[in-house]
Amino acid sequence: MATPDRIPRWDEQLQRRIARGEETALGELYDRLAPMVHGLAGRILADQTAAAQLTREVFAHVWEHPEDFDPAHGSLRSWLGALTHRRAVERLRDRRGTDPSPGCGDGTAEEEIRAVATAARMQYVVDSLPQPLRETIAVTYYDGRTYQETARLLGISEQAAKQRMRLGLELLATELADERARQEQDGDGGGGR
Amino acid sequence: MNGSGQRPEQRPGEQSDEQHDALRSLLGAWSLGACPPREAAELEQHLRGCPECAEEAARLREAAGWLSLDEPLDQPGSLRQQVLDWCLARRPAELPVPAWGMPYTAETAKLDALLRDLGPEEWQEVAELPWHGGTERLRPAEVLGRLTAVDGVLALALGLPDPVPGTLTGLLPGALPDPLTRPGSGPGDGPAAGRRVPPQEAAVPAPRVPPQGGRYAAVAARSARLLADQAALPPQSVRARWRQQTHDLVRSAALAPQGSTPVDLGFAVLPLRDAFVDRALECFVHGEDVARAVAYPYAPPAPQHLRQMVELVVRLLPGALAGLRATRPEPAGVPVAPGAPVGGRRLRLVVDGPAAGEWLVPLDGGQAGPADGEPVASMVLDGLELCQLAAAHRDPDRLPVGEHGDRAAVREVLHALPLLSRP
Repeated sequence: MATPDRIPRWDEQLQRRIARGEETALGELYDRLAPMVHGLAGRILADQTAAAQLTREVFAHVWEHPEDFDPAHGSLRSWLGALTHRRAVERLRDRRGTDPSPGCGDGTAEEEIRAVATAARMQYVVDSLPQPLRETIAVTYYDGRTYQETARLLGISEQAAKQRMRLGLELLATELADERARQEQDGDGGGGR
Repeated sequence: MNGSGQRPEQRPGEQSDEQHDALRSLLGAWSLGACPPREAAELEQHLRGCPECAEEAARLREAAGWLSLDEPLDQPGSLRQQVLDWCLARRPAELPVPAWGMPYTAETAKLDALLRDLGPEEWQEVAELPWHGGTERLRPAEVLGRLTAVDGVLALALGLPDPVPGTLTGLLPGALPDPLTRPGSGPGDGPAAGRRVPPQEAAVPAPRVPPQGGRYAAVAARSARLLADQAALPPQSVRARWRQQTHDLVRSAALAPQGSTPVDLGFAVLPLRDAFVDRALECFVHGEDVARAVAYPYAPPAPQHLRQMVELVVRLLPGALAGLRATRPEPAGVPVAPGAPVGGRRLRLVVDGPAAGEWLVPLDGGQAGPADGEPVASMVLDGLELCQLAAAHRDPDRLPVGEHGDRAAVREVLHALPLLSRP
């Protein structure tokens, strides 16, 4: 997990083991990626049962079709993240589609779906920030500390604390812009696949 | 407050670059609401006159707005099994995990999920690990070291490398290099790659006489050596090593299931299939010890796994009873009535709760007399409580037990169970 070239290595080995039908590989895949898959599904669907169902489906997909994963296009984690995200949003659209709430035009529903999807995406990005950045932001923001207090707590300089906060938020802001651009595209392309 | 009292001539261009950079470096902290009031006010004033900083401030503040406080949905502990069952129903595993490996798989996954959430301060908490000879106080990483060291005995039995440095190599002539294709040691890595030259002092160092004495000595010494070896490692590395070994163990067991291979756990020699269940129970018990120390909830084992643990405890119970008899040759306060059958007594043990079942436990050893009479007593207790008692995590005199018949026999069983616990 430490060096970038170990990640695909783990990914590919696991993919091979899953293809061979090793139950332990399925378990390891689950242990490594279920927090992300279930967390993402839960944030988008905001429903315990639906999140559990989607988690089941996503893992069943990998277990039944390990060949769908192409290591050349990124890590197993990012592939599963994208798969979960896409399916969760589809499900949310279906739910909204079959459940017409009064006074809620198409536009508003779509907007809401986007907001939820963006929030989930951002949370995912926060979760995958490099550990020092994530930790610094978490102990500062979620616990309401000043940057000086955070620096002391983490045993880093105040300068380093400020830098980490700024860099972490910068990464989030970039992702946010990308996510918006992606949604624009989806919107133009008539979103419902 | 809208700047009428400020000096409008203070423009960013006139500030020194140093001042500008210093204020700018505050933007992240400011967006998180983490600047003390005076610094925040100073920066806000600067933003009014510096479009460049104002633009970045707006971007960062918006990003910060997406940091939500809501935690992800709690991942229910049962989800893992549910998802795996679902997958396996759709595509059966060609290489399944043997049923006796399942409790260990589930319990190690549960402990790992707890550890994933521990913050730096929680890794410094001290967990209490009672056993029948006392209570050990260990940090979470040390608990993991202990689990790793004892699990390592299974690793040796499976031909995996020993996590404990410089031990036992000479004792186990049958131990082979790792049969698995591990990362970095593919089959093409050359003939010598997998074979390590045993160190000169490979023989087991004579263990110092430990306070616990005999049967716990070897295992306790292994734990101590591993803890010393890992003392300088960050907790997450200790966790990674423990986790990797648990994965390797289950994988080896799944690839070549040989459940009857004997494993010497120090307190007893168990077949591998029982040793896995024993390690699952230990992992659960100590996982709960850690959870208690950091005030996290910790779920009990799944019913089918608890059932396997209960069965193991019941199988080990006669040995514990023998141990109890050895320490008290004449059980105090249990005068044997003149006509009472000596030897061959049995007790009906009824376990209720999710792991419900019923067993007849020989109280006087397997060989003692014909065991066909009526049980001298019966007792009812919860399966989880039984396991906790066997781990010396319950007080035998305070455990809620339904009892019927010979009270002394019930006491005997209750006091024998904690003897199954180990340091």
